Amino acid sequence: MSFFLETLLGGLMSGMLYSLVALGFVLIYKASGVFNFAQGAMVLFAALSMARFSEWIPLWLGMDNLFMANVLAFVVSVMVMFAVAWLVERLVLRHLVNQEGATLLMATLGIAYFLDGVGQTIFGSDIYKIDVGMPKEPVMMLESVFEGGILINKEDFVAAFISAMLVVALTIFFQKTATGRALRAVADDHQAAQSIGIPLGRIWVIVWCVAGITALVAGIIWGSKLGAQFSLSTVALRALPVVILGGLTSVPGAIIGGLIIGVGEKLSEVYLGPYVGGGIEIWFAYMLALVFLLFRPQGLFGEKIIDRV
Amino acid sequence: MSGRKIGEVILDLKNISLSFGGVKALQDISFDVLEHEVRAIIGPNGAGKSSMLNVINGVYRPQHGEIILRGEHYANMNSYEAAKAGLARTFQNIALFKGMSVLDNIMTGRNLKMKANILQQAFWLGPAQREELEHRLKVEEIIDFLEIQHIRKTPVGRLPYGLQKRVDLARALAMEPQILLLDEPMAGMNVEEKQDMCRFILDVNDQFGTTVVLIEHDMGVVMDISDRVVVLDYGKKIGDGTPDEVRANPDVISAYLGASH
Amino acid sequence: MFYRENGQFKTSYKSDQQIFAIPQDRWAILALIVFAFVGIPLLVDEYLFRAILIPFLILSLAALGVNILVGYCGQITLGAGAFMAVGAYAAYNFLIRISGMPALGAILLGGLTAAAVGIVFGIPSLRVRGLYLAVATLAAQFFWDWAFLRVKWFTNDSSSGSVSVADIELFDWTINTPTDKYLFCLGILVIFSLMAKNLVRGSIGRQWMAIRDMDVAATVIGIRPMYAKLTAFAVSSFYVGVAGALWGMVHLGSWEPAAFSLDRSFQLLFMVIIGGMGAIAGSFFGAAFIVILPIFLNQMLPLVGGLFGLEVSIALVSHVEIMIFGALIVFFLIVEPHGIARLWSTGREKLRLWPFPH
Repeated sequence: MSFFLETLLGGLMSGMLYSLVALGFVLIYKASGVFNFAQGAMVLFAALSMARFSEWIPLWLGMDNLFMANVLAFVVSVMVMFAVAWLVERLVLRHLVNQEGATLLMATLGIAYFLDGVGQTIFGSDIYKIDVGMPKEPVMMLESVFEGGILINKEDFVAAFISAMLVVALTIFFQKTATGRALRAVADDHQAAQSIGIPLGRIWVIVWCVAGITALVAGIIWGSKLGAQFSLSTVALRALPVVILGGLTSVPGAIIGGLIIGVGEKLSEVYLGPYVGGGIEIWFAYMLALVFLLFRPQGLFGEKIIDRV
Repeated sequence: MSGRKIGEVILDLKNISLSFGGVKALQDISFDVLEHEVRAIIGPNGAGKSSMLNVINGVYRPQHGEIILRGEHYANMNSYEAAKAGLARTFQNIALFKGMSVLDNIMTGRNLKMKANILQQAFWLGPAQREELEHRLKVEEIIDFLEIQHIRKTPVGRLPYGLQKRVDLARALAMEPQILLLDEPMAGMNVEEKQDMCRFILDVNDQFGTTVVLIEHDMGVVMDISDRVVVLDYGKKIGDGTPDEVRANPDVISAYLGASH
Repeated sequence: MFYRENGQFKTSYKSDQQIFAIPQDRWAILALIVFAFVGIPLLVDEYLFRAILIPFLILSLAALGVNILVGYCGQITLGAGAFMAVGAYAAYNFLIRISGMPALGAILLGGLTAAAVGIVFGIPSLRVRGLYLAVATLAAQFFWDWAFLRVKWFTNDSSSGSVSVADIELFDWTINTPTDKYLFCLGILVIFSLMAKNLVRGSIGRQWMAIRDMDVAATVIGIRPMYAKLTAFAVSSFYVGVAGALWGMVHLGSWEPAAFSLDRSFQLLFMVIIGGMGAIAGSFFGAAFIVILPIFLNQMLPLVGGLFGLEVSIALVSHVEIMIFGALIVFFLIVEPHGIARLWSTGREKLRLWPFPH
């Protein structure tokens, strides 16, 4: 029982991180109809930037304060991600308005390649440490309930907490602020939004900025766990089934989908994996999403599409 | 009109109701269509006219009601069955295949009649080649009939609106339908184009004996070319009869003039 | 100047329906094929065959398959690499498990197996479209990546999924030199291209395009979406599967699942996008571009670096390479979303009318 719970909790924790990456997908899809394959590359880029600047800044300024270095690196990385967002709008999206979904998807694949290349050219291609002081030691919980209790990483807890805070902040941003309302208007209908004077270009920049920040947070959390390295850019691929499960247009869908996939992956790997040779995490998530699609094509919380002729 | 003779009931719609979520698009609508006649559906915007056509050829599934096509009962028509049973239609917002040439668009209309299998097609064997030629001849007849020879090879996306409407009609005609459903065939056309379109519709009806069900906003056109008219308003049927009868119907007048009920 | 249609009149619909309706085109393409079969083997050295020509031929074939699905039927796929893998491993199994199986037979059976698998993974397309489908096809990619790595039966119990085959034979012809391999692949590609062209200009091709352009209208005129989509998946996967079998058994000789990874799937998709969706010729343009570009950058970057007195390391070259690659893709999408094939046909159109602008 306690082993099952440990697996379950582990799944929930990694699910929270999937949600974070999925959130980046959903934000951009909602506001621009672009399925952003570059979200993973953005996570990698952000993580590399964070890792390297926290290393370089103390050298440049000749200081020896880890906390200050991290804060400065974070600020610089946020600015870097903003610059990426601005450039993407300027150089790519602006020229592809009204193109088909497939073309836009392809363009984001191009952006992904580009970011992967640039990131590794500027920041290098080794594994870099991100040390933002996450607690590493595991803790025992619920010892009174089960014999032996359950073993949990504090780090996971902190990560889940940060993710949850970010999700809450984004929800408030979307629902309560004027910019959030404009974003939702753009999501509903580009032309209608434009006709009442919402500047499309600026909205897109904002949305990519927000997606950049979620990428940075995801990058820091994953990076401090596994190190900032190239494999981070495949995180996006892990998060795709989440979006499908939750529905491309739904923020709560991204979160709940993330949790379902996180748990499903871990449970399947632990309980099913040994029988078929292991390593089934990745495709299991996809199959889960696929089977799900057959019964509910628009995802858990997506909007049903009615064809009009 | 000369040669045609109006026949028996070919299409009978009984108590059709359709709703999307809470919106009742059609409520308990019944009417029939006689063979070889021109039947018009009119009504203000949002009256449910297009929904009605969509029900007839199976794009939408009504929650209640029945469609009787040449004596066969269908609780649920589907588009493929409808096409096989001889129903063809055109669309309000032209639904041509944008990436294809005019010729190819019209050739798709022959699809149901083409039988060569995929291997014969891959190797362009006798049957596939013969079939392609045979249907090309038929399609050329339609192209001649609608006077669009000069744009045969043009991608439809490049055509002006009026011509696109004509290609849409050509594609429907290529199916050699028994019943032709036309969704606002003259919307957005100038007077001259409208006259052309009227002529084509009447010719089709006259020469091939095709039954025509059409939706149209231009009252002049409707009253001129149709044999009988059904009037919808807010998803309900408020009138049915010859153009003269409908014109005299007080409910219809009030729906169109906006008088209070 | 010589590219004129003056005085050429078509007197029957049959002559109007030919693949190359303009005689000059017919001659040009015939000359090209003859040159490819006779001229190139005389002119080209082994390195060019191995590094460029053979990969180009095989990837063209795969791109042709992807183009049928994506360009003609409008069903996006990110799992083409998996179907290459299925083709390769199925062909391998047919070859080693059935004694006396001819290599060509194994390759075609590999293609058919891929077609069957393609139909299964095409089923979601009946319910979902666009981006959802793209993700559904990723499921195929990850599943088969895993299966060929972990399920020992597929790879005849070899470790980590790596398998190898001896030189293959076609009747009495042992295909072992690069020239042989090139000719073999070229022959298959020519036949398959002709078949593809026949399919897309016939009734099935029109059904695919109708589904792509407007599926509701297509159903209304009596096209069954299920038939059209699943045939597209089957034919496409067949092409991709045969290409996979050739890639493994002819080009590589021994291979492991990584040869058909997600990167391969993306690469194939890029070929179709850059080459031109919905154009047979586009598959060749795209394949040529994608095969040559990295080799070109590999040679050029150190030289350019040298000009500025920079030492360019191998790692740096590979990073700059993917960077330029990504940028070029975006550039192409912006400048000509219909790909090189569209540029080509616009150019030809201009040439037909030259020196008049219209």
